[in-house]
Amino acid sequence: MSSQRRRTALTGYAFFAPFLLVFLATVVLPLGYAGYLSLFHERLVGGRVFVGLDNYLKALSDPVFGAGLLRVTGFLVVQVPLMLGLAVVAALAIDSGRLWRPGLFRAGVFVPYAVPAVVAALMWGYLYGTDFGLAGQLGKLLGLSLPDFLGGSWLLAAIGNIVTWEFVGYNMLICYAALRAIPPELYEAAEVDGAGPLRVAWSVKLPALRPALLVATVFSVIGSFQLFNEPSILQSLAPASITTGYTPNLYAYNLAFDGLRFDYSAAIAVLVGLVTVVIAYVVHTVTERRERQG
Amino acid sequence: MLLMLGYALLPLVWLFVSATKSDADLFSSFGLWFGGEFSLWDNIKRVLAYDNGIYLSWFGNSLLYAVAGAGGAALIATLGGYALAKFDFPGRRWLFLLVLGAISVPGTALALPTYLLFAEAGIVDSAWAVILPSLASPFGLYLMRAYALEAVPDSLLEAARLDGAGELRIFGTIALRLLAPGLVTVLLFALVATWNNYFLPLTMLSTPERFPLTVGLRQWNALANGGSGGGEAMYPLLLTGSLLAIVPLVVAFLFLQRFWQSGLATGAVKG
Repeated sequence: MSSQRRRTALTGYAFFAPFLLVFLATVVLPLGYAGYLSLFHERLVGGRVFVGLDNYLKALSDPVFGAGLLRVTGFLVVQVPLMLGLAVVAALAIDSGRLWRPGLFRAGVFVPYAVPAVVAALMWGYLYGTDFGLAGQLGKLLGLSLPDFLGGSWLLAAIGNIVTWEFVGYNMLICYAALRAIPPELYEAAEVDGAGPLRVAWSVKLPALRPALLVATVFSVIGSFQLFNEPSILQSLAPASITTGYTPNLYAYNLAFDGLRFDYSAAIAVLVGLVTVVIAYVVHTVTERRERQG
Repeated sequence: MLLMLGYALLPLVWLFVSATKSDADLFSSFGLWFGGEFSLWDNIKRVLAYDNGIYLSWFGNSLLYAVAGAGGAALIATLGGYALAKFDFPGRRWLFLLVLGAISVPGTALALPTYLLFAEAGIVDSAWAVILPSLASPFGLYLMRAYALEAVPDSLLEAARLDGAGELRIFGTIALRLLAPGLVTVLLFALVATWNNYFLPLTMLSTPERFPLTVGLRQWNALANGGSGGGEAMYPLLLTGSLLAIVPLVVAFLFLQRFWQSGLATGAVKG
């Protein structure tokens, strides 16, 4: 029996080995390397010098980094609930069975997910244009003077709209899959109890959505902290508004590739990663605890 | 819901309509309706001819990175997920938790340190630098583990073992077939991730001939808005090039819809 168990274990390792190898090489090692680099300072004269946590202390008091973090936090507080709310409403509507050709809606709302973020940002960037963009044309048509979506306080909302457009269909699908998995007995029981469709949605469907929403929330929070593609592409349309430190990731990238300050950039990357993991963990535990109580 | 469908499709309609316009019409006619001439074919020809056909290289690169990266990722995740679900080995729980934790370390945070590491190893600015990091998909592994737990009955594996079949043979002839819908799901989402990847190739590559579409389009966008050189003549190229870049994935998703949706249902509920 013990040789049988050893055989099973060996086979398990063999099947798992390719993943482990790639995982070590492209996740664990880079993380370790970033941690290592962040403890050093690259000097023009004298080479690499160990500086301990200096880079981290510098980052924590760096106003550009702080502003970027604050910006993505504000972004996620508004954008994530809006997007997930829309996704839930859409999933409930498709699941209700009262929609004309639900398959068409499902596919249509999902399609933006297959569009590269680069193309999405390009399209919306030109749509927002007040001169020759669609927004400008519609404004002229209706006789309105629209604000400049790519400037000032509108910019973050404009980016939020792009991200929402890209991912609302994806989240809708996650929710829809969860709704399809509700056992029919639950509906029968609700019907016997005399529950109407709204009551069923509230008491049966929404609770069933919670695990899916939890996963979706965690992924959306992670996405917000990693914001890079959309502002990076819009930069050429709004160079004055999107500064090099607009989001923490943009800052890390620009530090490394324009400033060649790899040590400091590594510290920023590690900090962004840490903040992301901590926030994702907090969101996860808080939501789960509330679920257990509720 | 009609409003929502309109919201989802409006930018795409605009893109398509814009790609059919001549240079003059692009700036003078209404965005949501066709211009005087239907210039889609002309525009496509210009896209393909520009700069000695660099667009085709980008398209080929995207295809290579997506097929090798996503195909490899799906296969590796399937093997790993099957191992986690069906074999008891020491450290199994611990490894699973490690990978689960890694899901919240996103690609963008990893790209920079990976770049530095690859620079030390001397493989930046090569196809490997883009493909290798795409091979690890913690989320794919998570999904495949959930799927394997559900879809591959232990008794079937036991029966095959009693018949004297080797583990590789069991995997190839029995497990792989049962895992197919999950595999297709992971493959499609990995395809999206690699085809649409921007940050990783942007950091890794510096030779334009090696760019995928996303990084190439970004370069055209910079040309169009840079003021110097290209300028307005770049806009039709940029828009038509963007439209062509969308087509393969949208088609893949629509055709394989039934497959991946059943796979997603299993993974999503287990969350």
